[in-house]
Amino acid sequence: MAQTLLQIEDLHTQFFTSRGVVHAVDGVNLHIDAGEVLGVVGESGCGKTITALSVLRLVPDPGRIVSGRILFRGIDVTKMGDEEIREFRGNDVAMIFQDPMTSLNPVTRIGPQIEEAMTAHNRFTQQQARTRVIDLLKRVRVPGAESRVNDYPHQFSGGMRQRAMIAMGLANEPALLIADEPTTALDVTVQAQIIQLMKQLNRELGTAMMLITHNMALVASLCTRIVVMYAGRIVEEGPVDQIFKNPQHPYTWSLLRSVPRVDEARKDRLVSIRGLPPDLSNPPPGCKFHPRCPFVIDHCKQEEPPLGEVAANQLARCWVLMRTVSEEAIDHARAASLASSEAAQKLKQTIPDAGR
Amino acid sequence: MAVIEGRPRRGALLPWFGALSGTRGGALAIFVGRRILWMIPIVFFVIVITFFLMHQAAGSPWDRTGGRQLSQSVIDNLNAKYGLDKPEWQQFLIYVWDVIHFDFGLSYQYEGKSVTSLLGEGWRYTAVIGGLAFLLIVPVGVGLGVLAALRQNTRVDYATMGFATIAASFPNFVVGVLMVVVLSVTMYKLTGGSFFLPSSDFALDDHLIMPVITLSLLPIAYTARLTRASTLDTIRQDYVRTAWAKGLSERLVVIKHILKNSLIPVVTTLGPTFAFLVTGSVIVETVFNIPGIGRAFVVAVESRDYPMILGTTVLFSVVIAVANLIVDVAYVFIDPRVRLT
Amino acid sequence: MALAQPAVDQPIDWEVAEKQVGLWGDAWQRFRRNRLAVLGGVLVLFLLLVAVLSPLLVHFGLIQDPYHQDVANIEATPGMAGHPLGSDELGRDTLARLMYGSQISLTVGLLVQAIIFPIGLAIGLTAGYAGGRIDNLLMRFTDIWYAFPDLLFVLVVVSVWHPSGSPFFQLLPIFGAIALVNWVGLARLIRGQVLSIKEKEFIEAARSSGSAPIKLVLKHLLPNSLGPIIVTLTFGIPQAIFLEAVLSFLGVGIQPPTPTWGQMVFDGYEAVYANPTSAVFPALAIGCTLLAFSFIGDGLRDALDPRMRR
Repeated sequence: MAQTLLQIEDLHTQFFTSRGVVHAVDGVNLHIDAGEVLGVVGESGCGKTITALSVLRLVPDPGRIVSGRILFRGIDVTKMGDEEIREFRGNDVAMIFQDPMTSLNPVTRIGPQIEEAMTAHNRFTQQQARTRVIDLLKRVRVPGAESRVNDYPHQFSGGMRQRAMIAMGLANEPALLIADEPTTALDVTVQAQIIQLMKQLNRELGTAMMLITHNMALVASLCTRIVVMYAGRIVEEGPVDQIFKNPQHPYTWSLLRSVPRVDEARKDRLVSIRGLPPDLSNPPPGCKFHPRCPFVIDHCKQEEPPLGEVAANQLARCWVLMRTVSEEAIDHARAASLASSEAAQKLKQTIPDAGR
Repeated sequence: MAVIEGRPRRGALLPWFGALSGTRGGALAIFVGRRILWMIPIVFFVIVITFFLMHQAAGSPWDRTGGRQLSQSVIDNLNAKYGLDKPEWQQFLIYVWDVIHFDFGLSYQYEGKSVTSLLGEGWRYTAVIGGLAFLLIVPVGVGLGVLAALRQNTRVDYATMGFATIAASFPNFVVGVLMVVVLSVTMYKLTGGSFFLPSSDFALDDHLIMPVITLSLLPIAYTARLTRASTLDTIRQDYVRTAWAKGLSERLVVIKHILKNSLIPVVTTLGPTFAFLVTGSVIVETVFNIPGIGRAFVVAVESRDYPMILGTTVLFSVVIAVANLIVDVAYVFIDPRVRLT
Repeated sequence: MALAQPAVDQPIDWEVAEKQVGLWGDAWQRFRRNRLAVLGGVLVLFLLLVAVLSPLLVHFGLIQDPYHQDVANIEATPGMAGHPLGSDELGRDTLARLMYGSQISLTVGLLVQAIIFPIGLAIGLTAGYAGGRIDNLLMRFTDIWYAFPDLLFVLVVVSVWHPSGSPFFQLLPIFGAIALVNWVGLARLIRGQVLSIKEKEFIEAARSSGSAPIKLVLKHLLPNSLGPIIVTLTFGIPQAIFLEAVLSFLGVGIQPPTPTWGQMVFDGYEAVYANPTSAVFPALAIGCTLLAFSFIGDGLRDALDPRMRR
């Protein structure tokens, strides 16, 4: 009987900029049960990070949670007072961030940074915290933890820094750990190690995790359920294997297309989804994905689809759904996106400075 | 076993050197040592330039305007007494030798008084006022800057930065004069007495407020602006977000995460600030008639008292160089990312 | 500052990437939107007008002759006897002297930059281009030079050279002294620019064929760094005006009867009980002028900020 830890109900978080209101999170509903690992997937700018920051009420200016409820063990986070939310952060729910170099205070040693996470909530005394830090670092497999405790962040390697951040996140044994792109800033071999570590910690400690990423490969190895976001909304959700085998939303399908898979023929080269993410202050009418969708029909341009159940435990927000699309159409779409990505490659070669 | 014949054993010193620079403490000592050694050419340079300039001056220091010219024999005696009859390069070397022994020569203006004693009389005033100004600048400047940054875009922010911008543009003497005009004259008219009037006798405990404020106003403004910019920059950093995410109290986040980082660039400006206080003392002491070294310098310039000019310049330069050294060393302590090699 | 055509009218020249055609037009737009900078600009223009036109105004009797001593009306308070801002201890009209004083201040401020520019350019170019030992040596030299407190140096120089005669001659050592204490910033800036260009040219040179490197450097130096150079020189103006004012205040700048603001502050200060406001006007004039130039400098810096280019 899984206990629901986190329940987000119809969350709307908006940014009030001089150019207009940006609907970063536009009606998101999700839940995380104790011990499970939820993957939140999407391109940059789709609202996944802001959703996570909303849970901890760390949305930066000029953003604000406008409406909705965020229930943690039944208590609404959006209504918590200052002292309550302070207790909540780093304690019940902890978050680790993308770039461990910039996410750690460069002028303070690693040990004290982790210690203060513990002493801030009065769960440990200074002494206890000090010893516990070494244990935590050992648990996240930082070699030479006893002496490493006195190092500064710049003396750690990228992978070790991320481990230290994970240690910091787990210091107070939170029920939920939110990890925002924990491996993006690391190189590939280290990525694998970190994911391994997180898997292990989930097993050993039973910590629930919310893994935010745009990398489908990570999701496959770590998560039990995934949620796909686009333009501030959830467009598909369901158990990992189901989604990977049978994605129903064209966006999910396109994302999976762009992951190199060992079992597929060489001809399916890395393709990217054509077009750019929508302007969230001025989104397209109807389904927000329709301008880039390879299977768009007229209805998509007029009315936004609701999130509907497409299979057991699987929801998708689409009028068309992959299972109704013909093989022809799929091949056509594949060819088209292949062509456009080849064109993009050629273009890249003619402008040598592009990307500099 | 190879025998290296005939080569000088310079290497004997190097391994020790290498080992020393391995530890941070050792590297620090070497760093400080090098910086101290570097001060020598700087001061030497100052002496050379100033000395050279002094000796370009037309006329001799014994020219008296409006009144009887001294007789030639008197002039010759004076020249001999002050060593001015020797060739220039000799005078220079003698001077350098003297300086090393803290002897700056005899003043031309005040018969028989040595420059060193004149400096000794004046330095207390300059030091007290400069010191108080410095003690005022750091908390006020930094405090205002932090306040403005934490309350960005509110009225507090605009008010402090507006004040800072204006204050930063008004030179010392302008501020001083304006202060005197506004305060003294108003007070005078009100009280009928000489309240806060810059009078010729100046005791160390009287009337320090105005000179200190005048001297420190511009550095406060500058420091406030810099602190604000640096703090605003720091607040946006990822590690501050991490600190909030850990559930730390506002006090902890501000002090240990924000300020600890944002004040680092401010420290680097303390050296130039100090230099500014030194040159500012020249002006402020003139405005407020304070018998410190700054005013003595101006008087020396006006009366072409070259030993005094030289001596004061050298003293000021040394003081500034030392202050810069202290600041640089302090910087190494506060920023662990700095590499010493 | 030359204003190029806005980007709309000219095709973007991809070849010479440094020729940012749209830059100046863009920068001007941004500058215009900065109200403080515009205010500063207006004030400076006003001052320039005053400086240039004041002899004419005297000629046409609109303002009094600043050298004329109205003995009957010494230390007049503002408004008395045809002296809108009062008169000094010799009966000379304050307003007129204030207006004439602007000539000295502006001349010093602007001309000093004209001296700094070639010095800084030469040294910066040499250091950056030659690199190695020469660069090291020059940089050490600038470090040492930097250690000399600016005001002290200027005071020492004017104590040595104090020619009498026309204001122009009197100004020469002052120009020289102020320029000598302020060139370091520009030199360092140019050196930095040259170094970064050299780095790029290295890569280019590997591909293309030999145009003499110095020509390439110069060709790319000016368009790229003109912005920061202008900003540096603009910030140098208030520094120069300040130093001149201090010299006049201390009595070692330009000698009377030529009116300068610093001098006027001093005179007003001496007479603070007889005529309290006479020190205020020149003091405010100095302060506001410096403020105006700072605003312009800030505005220019923001407008020309390369980060905002794209």
